Order: sequence, then structure tokens, then C-alpha cells
Amino acid sequence: MSISLHGPGMWYATRAAGLVSLLLLTASVLLGVLTAGRFSTERWPRFLTAGLHRNLSLLVLVFLALHVSTTVLDSYVSIPVTAAFVPFISAYKTFWLGLGAIALDLLLALVATSLVRNRLSLRSWRRVHWLAYACWPIGLAHGLGIGTDRDTTWVFALTIGCASMVAAAATWRLVTTARAGAR
Amino acid sequence: MTNLELRSRRPPVLRLPRLLAGMSYYTVTGLREHERQHGPLPAWGNGGRQRPDRLIDLVERSGLTGRGGAGFPTGRKMRTVAAGAGKAVVVANGAEGEPASCKDRLLLTRLPHLVLDGITLAASAVRASAAYLCVHGGETGLLASLEHAVAERETAGLDPVPIQLAGLPGRYVSSEQSAIVRYLNGGPGKPAFSPPRTHERGVNGRPTLVNNVETLAHLALIARHGDRWFRGIGLPSAPGSTLVTVSGAVGRPGVYEIALGTPLGQVVMMAGGPVERLQALLVGGYFGAWLPAEVAWKVPMCQAGLKAAGGAMGAGLVVALPDSSCALAETARVVRYLAGESAGQCGPCRFGLPALADAVTDLAYAGGRGRAVDEIACLVPLIEGRGACRHPDGATQLVRSAMWAFEADARWHDHRGPCAGVRRAPLLPVPGDDDGDWLDGEDGYWLDGEDTL
Amino acid sequence: MSYELRVNPIACTGHGLCAELLPELIELDPWGYPILMSATVPQGLVMHAKRAAATCPTLALLLNRTGDGRW
Repeated sequence: MSISLHGPGMWYATRAAGLVSLLLLTASVLLGVLTAGRFSTERWPRFLTAGLHRNLSLLVLVFLALHVSTTVLDSYVSIPVTAAFVPFISAYKTFWLGLGAIALDLLLALVATSLVRNRLSLRSWRRVHWLAYACWPIGLAHGLGIGTDRDTTWVFALTIGCASMVAAAATWRLVTTARAGAR
Repeated sequence: MTNLELRSRRPPVLRLPRLLAGMSYYTVTGLREHERQHGPLPAWGNGGRQRPDRLIDLVERSGLTGRGGAGFPTGRKMRTVAAGAGKAVVVANGAEGEPASCKDRLLLTRLPHLVLDGITLAASAVRASAAYLCVHGGETGLLASLEHAVAERETAGLDPVPIQLAGLPGRYVSSEQSAIVRYLNGGPGKPAFSPPRTHERGVNGRPTLVNNVETLAHLALIARHGDRWFRGIGLPSAPGSTLVTVSGAVGRPGVYEIALGTPLGQVVMMAGGPVERLQALLVGGYFGAWLPAEVAWKVPMCQAGLKAAGGAMGAGLVVALPDSSCALAETARVVRYLAGESAGQCGPCRFGLPALADAVTDLAYAGGRGRAVDEIACLVPLIEGRGACRHPDGATQLVRSAMWAFEADARWHDHRGPCAGVRRAPLLPVPGDDDGDWLDGEDGYWLDGEDTL
Repeated sequence: MSYELRVNPIACTGHGLCAELLPELIELDPWGYPILMSATVPQGLVMHAKRAAATCPTLALLLNRTGDGRW
């Protein structure tokens, strides 16, 4: 089977890569919350949570690269590669695509600062890392709003599932942080 | 420059008192009386006759060491700061966090110009462009009196680098060197992790000289009378005089000036002698050590002598513990206080000191049920040396010395329960929990590294 | 090239990942904070020490080449 530049091949690839990115990103956010929450059991050590969080985040970048490149190469719609990084400059679905660009930029900031975190102060790194709570919902909104799979039930259900898990985890994290700050 | 040329118009006092010469017990010594007693502020640097680094040479030759507790050679510290990158800052530490010590308070309330002279001289020696005098922020009366003294000098044009008064948070550890620097930099008054050390990068990232106010007072006199004069009393290895606060079961508790190397027994006699038979002396401070009375009596009060006996100079404190008190109960109360004064930044201190306080309290007041002594022995090495500052080490040193000096009592308590002495009124002062804050403003308190991550 | 380990006790909040990754040199006290059994890292454990220092969530575990002076 060859992926031709015409026809729906690229389009399927984009959607698939986008969906996998969302799942991996959700997993990463959950693992991040578990890291901060010091989760561990007898068989599941803390370094595993931290390590998976890191590795899955890097893996997201791989799938996002696929997602972006298949979108750009898809000749059905003309989307310049710059539109993946600079928000709101594409003619096609300007707003929703723009959200995707914002989410990607935020993710790149998160990963870049984390890769050089031993050169930054903990405070600076942490301030940037809180942006993860902006990056994830914006990415999710991009996926929902772009409309491609809005009517596919299982995709929708998966999206809602991811959303509720992250919402629960984020609430828990914010509550415990506020409680600790009030100490 | 010979000592001949350094001598002021009034012949220097060769024996004691030196710092406390001419002091009034009831009023502050104003600028005129101060100059009459000690001579005018010698002109070092800033257009004066001497080069500032000559003053550092003089201080080094004099053998002056810090009077705040660490006992670091002052001249060496000044030299490091002067050689640092950037314009230096001088910080005078008059906060005196040690509850049972009053010597710094005495200097600041009665002899402020000695301290202020010292600050100006230090500032010119290290070529500082800023100078601070730090006291406990709650002491509004003291701050007002110091403002008056600074204003007196301003009129006389004495301080080319203006001395800024700073009120620190009232916590025990806020008077620690790196905590002061952190506070002056706009952060909380809590100790910082080093490197970098404050004399390399301190206030505003500049080399900062932090000295106890008594050290600076000695500097003021050394600059007038020279190093040979300073070394005229004391020991060759521990030259000069020092202020000690004597309290407890003595006839005349108070601050006394002694020659370094004076035996502890003599120090107690200077303060009126014991009013009861003594079982031990607490020497140094709440981070110091207990010495059994028979051992302590002949121990010379200097760093080397005290170290050899298992103690340290610390903040120059001597508390006489009578037979009728329970040493373990007193220790328990002090450790409880120190535990409450933890900055809470480091786990071993934040959790270890309360556990230690519990164990010592248990031993003193409840009888240890045969376990307390062992538990204390387990806890002490878990806490020692694992904090960012020396606060937990002070508590463990106190407890270690108590377990050694009062070994028999500890065993008695452990197996037979509390002794009669626990019912005696407490001797060692332990401040109530006022001044609970670390910060005047409300900076990102939880972003400070203290939050849940 | 030998390495030294040190803990920044203020940054450390007792996550304990270091003790999981370098149990030969790091033990946890009763409150979850690391005790360094030895400051010098034996040659064979240098890689593990680097990993432990990189994994600390608050970067409280510091690894330094001996004699470097900078942490």
C-alpha cells in the first residue's frame, strides 16, 4: 500500500496521529500529576512514574511530527508548515488550527525547558511547566473543534474519557497545592 | 605603621574593662562621651592617613575572631570580602537570636557608637558601598535609639557609607548569616543553601561581610589602639577580651567583659558566685554544650579550651544550673523551643527536631520507659549535619552533651521516672511564639521551594 | 575522574527517587529524606548516580566532579 499525496491516505494518517498524540499527552499529564503526588506502590516505584512521564512526552513529539507533516503534505488542503507553529495564519479553519499551533508551541516550551532543567532555576522551570495545564486543553479543543471526527462516536467517547481523567487529576493537584500553600 | 602612631590622645586601657569602659548602666553613651572615652574615629581610608587594607592587616595580626558563635578569624573574612568581585556590602548582625544572651543588646542600647564605628571602619577596609545594621524588627525602641545615634554621626559627618538600619523577623534562625542576606535581598529570613557563600555572593550578589556587633565593637578599638594592645590580654592563641552573659543560679546575672582564657569558675565568681550548689554549666548558647560543674570550673573560656572539654565558645553564654533543677527537663524545654524555631526547609530538621524534642521530653517528664535514651541515641545521628544551616546541629550538640554530662540522671529517668527537679520553676528562658512570620511582604511563599513538589 | 554526591537539603522534599535508583549509596531516613552513605561515587556507579541526579524532581541531588568546586 502506498500513501499517495492525493486521496484520503494522508487525511487518515493525520487523524490517527492526532488521536494518538492526544492519548499519549493525556497519559503524560496524568503521570505528571502522579509524579507530583508521589504515587508509588510496592511494585511500582516512583522513578517509573517519572521516567514514563518523560518518555511519553517525548513520544508525543514523534506523533505530533507525523500529524503535522501529513497535514502539510496533504494536497487536499493547502496548509503551510509555518501554520503549525504560528497560530491563526492558515486560511483553512483558522481558529481551530491556530489552537493546535498554540498547543504545539506550549509543548515545545515544556519539553525544551525540561531537557535543560539542570541549567535553569527550579522556579523558572516550574513556572513554565504549569503551562501544561493550558497546553492539554488547548490541544483537546483543537481536536474537537477542527470537526473532522466530531461525529465518530468512539472518538468522541475517547476524548470525553481523556477529558474527565485530566479534569479529575488537575482538580486533585490544585486542591493539594492550595492546601500546602496555606500551611 | 607602628602602634605608637596609632595611639589616640587618651592612653588606651591595657586591662579590663575595654569595650565596657565608661559605660553607664542607665543611659546610652552619646557621641561626645564616646569620643571622650575612646578618642575620635580614626581616619582609615576615605581620605584619611591610612590605606584601608592596612586595617585588614592590623585586624589579622590582632587575632580577632567572630563573636557571634562561629569564631571565624575576622581579618581573613575581611580579606576575602575585599578581594571579591564587585562592591562589597557590610552587614552588622545585632539580632541576637539566642534567648539567654544579652551582650549584643547591651552594646546596642548602651554603646552604639562602638558598633557604628566598627561598621564604618569595616566598610572602608573592604571598600564597601553599602552598610546595614540588623536588629530584631520588633524592637521599635531600640531602632529609634539607633536612628538617633546614626543621626548624631550624620551631623558630624562620620560615616561616608550611610548605615541603614534593618529590622529582621524575630525567629531564631533569622539571625543566621545567610538568612539575613536572604532577607535583605527581599526574600524570607530563612537560611540559604551554600555555595555560594555570603562572603562571595551575598546582598545583591555582592561580596558581603557579615559580622556580629561585638566583633565590630572590638574592631573599633583595635583601629584606635593597635594589635599589640588587643593582644595585651587573653591568650596567645585566643587574644583579647570578650563579652559573656552569665545567668542562672548566680548572685549577679548579667553581661561581663572577660579576658579570653579566663577559667569558667572565675567567670561564675565574677557574676556573684553560685547561690546554690551547681551541677553543671551550659556554655555557648542553646546550640552549646553542658559541662558538669566539677569539669567546667577550671576550663578556660576560649575556643580551644572549651572544645577540648567537649563544648564551644558559641555566643559567650554561661548558665549555671543548680542541683535542684532537672537538667533533662531544662534540655527538653530548649529542644522543644529549637524544634519550633526550625525554618522548616529541610526534612531532617523539620521532622527530626520535633521527634528529638518528644524523646527528650518523654525522658525528662514521663520517664523513658527504658527506651528513651536509646531512641535519642538513634535520632541524633539522623539529624546531625543534614540541614542547610547549623540549627539542627545546635540542638543535637546540646542533647549529646546532656546525655554525656547527665548520663546517670538519664539512666535514672529512663528506668525510674522523672526526678523531683522537674517540678522546679524553669531556669532557661524560652520565648513564647510571637513573631511567627518570616517575611514582611507576601512574596510567592509557596513558590519558594516549600510547596508540594 | 571521580565524582561526589551532595544533597541540597532545602530543595529536597523527600520524593525518594534517588534511593530507588541508587540504593547502594542512598538510604531514606524515617521521614523519607535521603542519607548519603558515601559522598564519593565508585566508578561503576557513576552512570546510575547521573541518572539519579537527573531524575530528582526538584534537582536536589547534586553530582560534581571532585575538585571542581562548582555544584
